[in-house]
Amino acid sequence: MSWLLGGGVAASLASFFYPVIRYLDPPRVSEAAVNEVVAGKVQELKPNSGKIVKFGNKPALLVRVNETEWKAFSAVCSHLNCTVQYQETSRQIWCACHNGTYDMSGRVVSGPPPHPLEEFQVRVRGEEVVISRRG
Amino acid sequence: MSATEIKTKSANWLGERIDISALRELIEHKRIPVHSATRWYYFGGITLFLFAIQFITGILLMLYYRPTVAEAFDSVRFIMTRVEFGWLIRSIHSWSANLLIFVAFVHMFSVVFTHAYRPPRELTWLSGIVLLGLMLGFGFSGYLLPWNQISYFATKVGTDVAASAPLIGPAIARLLRGGEDVGGATLTRFFAFHVMILPLAALALVGFHVLLIQKQGMSTPPWIGPSGVKQMRFFPNFFLRELMVWYFALAVLGALAAIFPWELGEKADPFASAPAGIRPEWYFLAQFYTLKLIPSHVWIFEGELLGILGFGLLALSFVALPFWGVNRNGAARTRLVTGVAVVLVSYLAVFTVLGYVK
Repeated sequence: MSWLLGGGVAASLASFFYPVIRYLDPPRVSEAAVNEVVAGKVQELKPNSGKIVKFGNKPALLVRVNETEWKAFSAVCSHLNCTVQYQETSRQIWCACHNGTYDMSGRVVSGPPPHPLEEFQVRVRGEEVVISRRG
Repeated sequence: MSATEIKTKSANWLGERIDISALRELIEHKRIPVHSATRWYYFGGITLFLFAIQFITGILLMLYYRPTVAEAFDSVRFIMTRVEFGWLIRSIHSWSANLLIFVAFVHMFSVVFTHAYRPPRELTWLSGIVLLGLMLGFGFSGYLLPWNQISYFATKVGTDVAASAPLIGPAIARLLRGGEDVGGATLTRFFAFHVMILPLAALALVGFHVLLIQKQGMSTPPWIGPSGVKQMRFFPNFFLRELMVWYFALAVLGALAAIFPWELGEKADPFASAPAGIRPEWYFLAQFYTLKLIPSHVWIFEGELLGILGFGLLALSFVALPFWGVNRNGAARTRLVTGVAVVLVSYLAVFTVLGYVK
């Protein structure tokens, strides 16, 4: 009898809490995978400067290294998800949150980031700068 | 009818309807031990007072605040610039939140240094530690609500720290963020945590914590013998002193809010770089600076994971203080606990300062 009562109470509790727990888990919204974006016009960036652009719903860092060379990376720091920036004086990529630095190949130079930044391909198409995922 | 008669009649009228003998007993017989560490007893009361301030100012802020990405920042700016005394209410709420956490830490360490965690007060300690955790939760969730640049990145880092925990980390991060990234869903969730879930939990726990203190009385430090301690009445002697301390706390709060109004900063932009000089609130600075110092890899482990595991173990061992901080007879291991507490306070103080200046 006590088993039946205990089982009934447990089943009731499970039926109350299961929907609540499922409700708390946000639905996975599938977003169209972005592989290429127009990051801006060539004239918008002077040599040795960088800017953050949208790459789908994530930020990307576009850097104009000199007159002809361009680089682009995921701007999400591999340490704790902050958004990195290009530093013109050191010519490195820097994360202000925990002082991590990356070189212009996306490799970690110093600080706590455990992985390099994902590098994107950059093409200049007429006046437009296009960045795309490699491979 | 004289005032005394009115008082007696009112008490009798109430007493016929509700049994207030327990309350009367408490008022008449509650005593506070008087010794060299009595001053530390006031800190629990100040914490409670600041919690009440948070409650009142929080309700007032809710009348104008709008928890959406499009409106949150502007609604706080509206409170600060257009609503009469809005700047004061918001500044008091922010300053009081910081003072509350500071005072709660002082209260906790006073319990450690006077060894008030020892049996039979294990549950008082545990409920107090959970309350401190809830206060930090209030701080973390409230920090995002103005939706400014600093709070946005602090939340990104904070939720990513949670995501780094082994096994359950990613699920906790999703639960907190309401999705994969910090965004509108995070703001509404943090608002719900801040104004409903945490206050309900905190109110219940404060009630339990205070009830335990009333049942067990005030703890006296082990170096003061149980017999022969001088005592004072709680009502009115200690209570009036506590009231004076509350007035002083209110004066400090008013002065801070008026002289240093809490800044709003710039509206959050998810597609901007983290600003230089970004740092969390002061009570997370020690952990923030530690994470900055840990290299990317330590042996085969990622530095970040190691740091987070270290904080977790430290917190757990502190929670378990009433169990390792006493010997078999229930007496406090005073030297061991005091030594550990001195190291911990020094670490927190030094790393908080370093996190601020570096």
